[in-house]
This record gives sequence, structure tokens and C-alpha cells, in this order.
Amino acid sequence: MGVRLKKPWLALAPELVASLPGQLGVFQLANEHREVVYIGFAGARSLFGLKGELGHRLGKWPFFRVEVNMAYRTRYRELLMAHFSDHGCYPTENTAEETAGLGRLSLTALTKIAVKTKVGS
Amino acid sequence: MQLELTQEQDMLVRMVRRFVREEIVPLELDLDPDTDELAEEDSIRLKAIVQSMGLFGLGIPEEYGGPDIDMVTQTLISMEISQHRAGLYAPCYGVFGGAGLAQLFESSDAQKESYLYPTLRGEKRGFFGLTEPSGGSDPARAIQTRAVRDGDDWVINGSKIFISGADRADFGLVFARTSPDKGRGGVTCFIVDTDTPGFYVRRIVHTLRSAHYATELQFEDMRVPHANVLGGVNKGFAIANDRLSRQRIPYSAGCIGVAIKAHEMAVEYSKIRETFGAPLSSRQSIQWMLVDNEIDIQQARWATLEAADLADKGLPFRKQAAMAKLVSTEGASRVVDRSMQIHGGYGVTKDFPFERWYREMRIRRIGEGPSEVQRHIIARDILGSSLR
Repeated sequence: MGVRLKKPWLALAPELVASLPGQLGVFQLANEHREVVYIGFAGARSLFGLKGELGHRLGKWPFFRVEVNMAYRTRYRELLMAHFSDHGCYPTENTAEETAGLGRLSLTALTKIAVKTKVGS
Repeated sequence: MQLELTQEQDMLVRMVRRFVREEIVPLELDLDPDTDELAEEDSIRLKAIVQSMGLFGLGIPEEYGGPDIDMVTQTLISMEISQHRAGLYAPCYGVFGGAGLAQLFESSDAQKESYLYPTLRGEKRGFFGLTEPSGGSDPARAIQTRAVRDGDDWVINGSKIFISGADRADFGLVFARTSPDKGRGGVTCFIVDTDTPGFYVRRIVHTLRSAHYATELQFEDMRVPHANVLGGVNKGFAIANDRLSRQRIPYSAGCIGVAIKAHEMAVEYSKIRETFGAPLSSRQSIQWMLVDNEIDIQQARWATLEAADLADKGLPFRKQAAMAKLVSTEGASRVVDRSMQIHGGYGVTKDFPFERWYREMRIRRIGEGPSEVQRHIIARDILGSSLR
């Protein structure tokens, strides 16, 4: 599993949301430029899981993608931290309360390692 | 060792038990079942209650502002504060505070000013960086992170894995090899600021714990001043070893607390759940599960309290701490498993805490030295130095 969520974006439309699983996991919402504007999760208190969480957000943003994941809380934090590492800020629609106390990831170090490995091999 | 609780211990245990049942458990009805944190206002409110009980900062020596509580009493309290859903890895969601990195109590005055006192005031957070990809059970040999002296600095290169809290920490204790040919005598502990160039949190390590994650760290030509050596050059193994032994006692107590709660729920449920016209508690198969739960809990409780009692008396407790860790983690795992079985289908849902305990308890047989290492420690004590 990569750190970043790289699945293709899907249209946030009723028929697609209806076909989603009711499982636990994380999701991202994007604007018309396919830029991430919100990262959320469907936890054990979410009625109908991912289907329910995305169903509440119909019509707000044009695109979404999901990842079914039982470790939704750590994965959610990881995605927020990865977004900060890449962009220097959190997604615009995530509140200060949601991002309070998050740690930091040095994903650029990963890139360096990958380059070194390639050169070395 | 006195087998009965003193009047003061009994009073403290009852007070903490009431706090957990009246303040913590009701909050969990609305919290995400996998969370490890409270809303800020709840956390502040509950910390104030704990401070008014005189119990904030368990494990902090009295001279640094902690409560004057011996290890046995601390162990009894630890068995209480873990008796809720998040209790194994987030007992009472941290509102009892704690010593954090106890090794800093032995640091130099300058190090105390920079790291210990800010940590005790809640202004800084630290992490403990021992385990490496090459292993964690045998730190004397597994540590491959290297530190090389360069003028007034040390230059550190290497990596660490399964490190909790490093991504949110201001500093950490990093163990590195400073004398490659000296085995356990060639390891040094450094206090490292996390904003030091060359310090990287490479990734989150996802595990069975769905709330509390670990991280993997990388050090690339990270320069640390010589003044940040903790306890002396090549003296790091003793620091790591002491921490590992001492930590096994509260680690065991947390497991016992969860086992007590799981067992209590199983007993209650067995009395009200009827099958084929009679309560589960009337079935011998269920009764024997409850009996085995009781035995596992009692064994773990006495083994852990004995280790705590020896630690209080300043006597060697390494073998007893290993026994406590072994018996409590394995016994509590069985208790949670049986209690889940008694609850049937409900036992595996997220409506009940068993599934979280079941996942997290599995880690306890590995973390802080797996069961096999505890047996090795006990065997070495029995057989003496002849054992290699």
C-alpha cells in the first residue's frame, strides 16, 4: 500500500455512491481540477460506512475516491500528513480541529532513497 | 510481600475505579470505537479531576512534582485505568499524565532544563528510539545505526522502526553504535531534536492497532552535539535495558486491567443470555471458561505485584518482571478470547470492545520483548552464566 491514495477519481454522483460498499475506510473529495479538498473516513459510527459518508456529501464536490481500510483512523491521519508533506498545507475543507496534533512525514526523504537505490542498482 | 491491600491502597483503587466507570466509560458510548483521544474540553476537565485526586503524573518522582506513590500502588492503579475500550494503549486517554521518558531523570542539569522540565510541563514530547529493522529483542547486537565523533558533534546515520510518537515529538532518545567492536558496551544514547537536519519520519507503520501507529525513522548525516549524549558514551545499553525491565510491570498491569473488564462483562452476560431455555452460566462449558479466566487473571496479578514489590524494595526484579510480562500478556489474551466467545456474534462486532482488545492484545505478546525473550530471560536466571 502506497502512502498516497492514487486511485482514479470518480464522479460524486448518486448512482456511483449507491454502488459503494458499506465498509469502513477513507475517502478523498476533489474539485473540478481534481485537487484534493477534503480527506475523511467512514468509521464504525458511520451508518452504512463509506456509502453513508459519501451519500451525505453528494452535490458538494465533483469527484471522490475511496479506500476500504479497517485501520481507517491511522490511514486517515497518514493521508492528511502526506498531503501536508506534499503541499505545505492541509486540504481546504478539513477543519483545524480535524488536523490538530497531527505529526509530520518527510516524504521527500522517501524520494531521495528511491533515487539512491536506483543509482546504486 | 503483603497480600492484602493497605487501607490507602484500597481507597485509591476504589476512587480510580469509580472515576473510570463514571467519567471514562460513558464518554466511550459516543466516541469512535478505535479512537485514542478525547475531545480537548473533556481531556482538560478530566485532567483537572485527576489532579484534584492527587494522582496526576504517575511515575514521576516526588521531587519532580509527581505523586508519592510506590510501584505496587502504581501497578494497582494501572490495573484500574485500563478497564475500558481504549484502555490497553490509551489508559483513560492519557488524563493521568505520566513520566514520559523516565531516562531523563538521570540526565545532566543542562539536559533537564532543555528536555525533562519542558516535558513534565507538557511543552515538549519525546520518543524512545531503540528498535531497528534488524531487530528489537536483542538491542546489543541489532543496533546498526552508527554515530561517529566529529569535533564537538556526533554524526548519526541509520534507521529505526516501530517508534511511537516520533512524528509528533520535539525530541527523542536515539540509540546508536559508537564502538562497533564492543557489543553491548558500544552503544550510546543521544537526545535528538526532531528538527535536526537529516532527521526524517519516513512512514507510518500500520499495525493491528487501529488508533495508535508506529513510525519508521531515517537519519542521514544527522549532527548531534556531544552535550546531548545521555548517560555517557558507550553507556546506552544500560539505559535501554533498565527501561525494558521496568516498563514490563505497567505493561503487564494494563493487560490485567483489560482482562478483568472482559471477564466481568463475560460473567454478567452469561447470567442474562439464555440458550435452550437456560442461562449460559448454567452450562459447564461456559463455567469452565469463566474459571479459567479467573485463574489467568489471578496468576498474572500476583506475578506482576511481586515484580512491583521487589522493585519497590530495590531488589533484583528482572526475572519477576519477565514472568509478569509473560503470564499477563498470554493470560489476558486467553481471557479476552474466551470472553469474546461467550458473547457470540456480538463479541466480534465494533459495538463491543472485545474486537479492539483482541487485536491490540495480540501485539502485547510481541511488544516490549516477545514471550520467547521473556522465557529466555527466565532461563538465563535459572541456569546462570553457563547459558549462551
